[in-house]
Amino acid sequence: MARGRKPRLAVFKFASCDGCQLSLLDAEDELLAVCDLIEIAHFAEASSDLQPGPYDVALVEGSITTEEDAQRILKIRSNSRYLMTIGACATAGGIQALRQWGQIEEWVSRVYPSPEFIHTLATSTPIAAHVLVDFELHGCPVNHHQLVDVLVALAEGRRPRLPTHSVCLDCKRRGTVCHVVSRGIPCLGPVTQSGCGAICPAFDRGCYGCFGPSQPAQTVPLLSRFQALGHTTDRLVPLLRNFNAAAPAFQQAADELSELHGEPS
Amino acid sequence: MTWIPPALAVNPWLTHTARIADIVSECDGIATYRLCLDTSDNASAYVFEPGQFNMLYVPGVGESAISMSGDAHEPDGWIHTVRVAGNVTRSLAQLECGQTLGVRGPFGTGWPIPQLVGKNVVVVAGGLGLAPLRPLVYHLVRHRSQFQNVSLIVGARTAAGLLYPTEYANWTQAGIDVQLTVDRATAGWNGNIGVVTALLDRLKLNQIERASVVTCGPEVMMKYVGMSAMQRGIPAEQIWVSMERNMQCAAGLCGHCQLGPAFICKDGPVLRYDRLQPYLFVESL
Amino acid sequence: MTDRAAQFFRKAELQALIDELRRRDYNVVGPSIDQEAIVYTELTSVEQLPRGWTDEQAPGSYRLVRRDDDAWFGYVVGPHSWKKYLFPPRTKLLTVQKTEQGWSFLPAVLENTKTAMLGVRACELAAIAVQDRVFLGGPYKDRDYESRRKSLFLIAVNCTQAASTCFCTSMNTGPRCKSGFDLALTEIESGFLCEIGSDAGWDVLSACELQTATAEDLNEAESQRQRAVEMIERQMRTDDLPQLLLDNLNHPNWKAVGERCLSCTNCTMVCPTCFCSSVSEVRDLTTDQIDRERTWDSCFNPEFSYLGGTPVRNDTSARYRQWLTHKLGSWHEQFGTSGCVGCGRCITWCPVGIDLTAEVAAMREAPAP
Repeated sequence: MARGRKPRLAVFKFASCDGCQLSLLDAEDELLAVCDLIEIAHFAEASSDLQPGPYDVALVEGSITTEEDAQRILKIRSNSRYLMTIGACATAGGIQALRQWGQIEEWVSRVYPSPEFIHTLATSTPIAAHVLVDFELHGCPVNHHQLVDVLVALAEGRRPRLPTHSVCLDCKRRGTVCHVVSRGIPCLGPVTQSGCGAICPAFDRGCYGCFGPSQPAQTVPLLSRFQALGHTTDRLVPLLRNFNAAAPAFQQAADELSELHGEPS
Repeated sequence: MTWIPPALAVNPWLTHTARIADIVSECDGIATYRLCLDTSDNASAYVFEPGQFNMLYVPGVGESAISMSGDAHEPDGWIHTVRVAGNVTRSLAQLECGQTLGVRGPFGTGWPIPQLVGKNVVVVAGGLGLAPLRPLVYHLVRHRSQFQNVSLIVGARTAAGLLYPTEYANWTQAGIDVQLTVDRATAGWNGNIGVVTALLDRLKLNQIERASVVTCGPEVMMKYVGMSAMQRGIPAEQIWVSMERNMQCAAGLCGHCQLGPAFICKDGPVLRYDRLQPYLFVESL
Repeated sequence: MTDRAAQFFRKAELQALIDELRRRDYNVVGPSIDQEAIVYTELTSVEQLPRGWTDEQAPGSYRLVRRDDDAWFGYVVGPHSWKKYLFPPRTKLLTVQKTEQGWSFLPAVLENTKTAMLGVRACELAAIAVQDRVFLGGPYKDRDYESRRKSLFLIAVNCTQAASTCFCTSMNTGPRCKSGFDLALTEIESGFLCEIGSDAGWDVLSACELQTATAEDLNEAESQRQRAVEMIERQMRTDDLPQLLLDNLNHPNWKAVGERCLSCTNCTMVCPTCFCSSVSEVRDLTTDQIDRERTWDSCFNPEFSYLGGTPVRNDTSARYRQWLTHKLGSWHEQFGTSGCVGCGRCITWCPVGIDLTAEVAAMREAPAP
């Protein structure tokens, strides 16, 4: 990042729930310190003073679900030096990517009283399917500590480095007993990227993969194990088709299960 | 056995404040730093064996293992030649004279100087690999009469990447056969073109059994240097390489830098080739 | 010292032992039920022990089951290991402060923790001895481990049964506790036989109402211990293991196991000897202070071997090979013992049930050409 002046940050929202940008506000005290390092030029959740670009860093939340948004992201890209996507919607299409397994017209007509006013694409796609993305921050929502770390790294001219290991490592560090082994519960922890601090298993439930697939996400042996434990496709497919349904590793695993055993209703 | 400072033996994390005394730009992305400890300007604070390294620490960013590249006989600070490669070295490159960072060390094994005495010594350096070898070259220059023929083969991608070029004349004058080679010739270069092993293969070596090879450079280069040297009849027990792995604790306690049974930080970085040979050619070990 | 005769005390006297240790400022830790498993946690009362429970273990499976008796130690080892007390998952190493003169560095203050472990099995004593070599046996000492280890009090318990995943007899670490303890208990119906391993052990034992062990007690204890030996089914041949592994670094089985392995790190986390760690910067932006913190890490973490932009071991099979060849092979050259104590945790707690003894056997049956 340029030295001598604070980098200018803009936050943009696409199809999403706002939770990821709100996690920036959740940073509270740290956010004030972040403001010493960066200038927040455009952040509609925080201030109505929306300054025009160009920006050094654009934080993009949400997925592309309309033709207008597909055009808008191109402009944001051309107006930003670095573009960083935050959250499951922006990095993988989000929960709304489930539409690709249904009929969009039918869903729209069931949800909205006047479906003729709704103009939407049949897909919900990640930002990286449309423009070059410099860095992705996963999670549903993102972890605000990670978000602050990444912003500080950008301000200091470093490449952000985030942990790549699975959720299991965090479970073990905090002493959580493995639900797969002790109770036979299907948990996506072994194939999910760290970042949340292994919250769900610590509260007595399996991981549902909101930080997306880890590297490597060895879904095949894990799903075989779940099946051997008696879990059927109609439980496992929805487990994978969740906030990161369209993340390639989870999508492929769920599609393969469905093909082998018939699409669950 | 390498001498270990007692304070580090009981706490290898012991970190000292060092101030950047000067910065010399070497070539693109590479600079040499002189770091002086705030606590002491005494030369005894900078004792090391040629081949050893320090952990340099930029707070908030992390540590990086960087070998000593200065003269062990006349230490006036820690001398480190650093290439911008990752976050730590990039942050280091943003620091200016007078600013501080953390240093702990020295760590690791040095070049086997006692075993080189009385031998024909062949030093093979590739790119930045000359940095950890320079303290050894200084030693060979200073004690030239203790050694038989001394050759220094230096390779780089281009002539601009040859490290410490202003010193070659001094080394030649001191009786070291300095040979240079580049992968790619640029305007004005009329020396050797090709890999360092091509020079090693052609090197005139009488009494092969009295020859020793020490090398540092990219891992693939060192593998071929080892193979070439052995093909010429130099036994693996007389070849030493300086390895690089992810070093974090520098004391053999964190597990990151293992290659086969060796902790590269503690048992290396300088290791005898015969010890590494079973592991060096196994992919992704 | 160790030739002091075995003593006998009634089960209720164990509370007196806990009370005495706590009176001497020890944090007493031991087995208790939590999260449907027997874990290690702080103990103040014998009521917290998993009395009348046992564990059924198999590759990738662990279940708590009611016993048909009221045994206090009628189970083997669970998801936790004692290393969490000697080598905690998070440890502060250094504090960094920004001053007007630049950065200053302060070594972390050592916590003064006196820990008394109750219920340490033979394989776990062996694991502590292995970590002693790792952290204290080399030229550099881990001062945090050293300080915790120095103030440790160990009450071992001899196993009276075995799980299907146990193979301590192959690793020559158990099931009998032979050394490395302050006290060692064998549970019989009427109470505990207690062997004394140190002066400190004898001293603490003065808090209990002791009786002389009868020949009958001694016989019953011996047959209980023998029962554990007889229950052990799993075996691994170890005589030539380091060489076998070294000769088979390119064996096709590494690729095969790499396809089943999740690279999830569970085996290394539950292993009582695995010692890999990483250091991270913990920054508080609101102050100018940074802590350097060491956390448990694993050779199965892809970025663990990161070098020059990419991991050296960039696929799962390479990482599994590193773990197994280190644990069973190169550990010998590094530390003079195997890194495996045969506790079987890595087999039980692998979510997909990968069994290292089976992987070794596969390579032994069909060595690479």
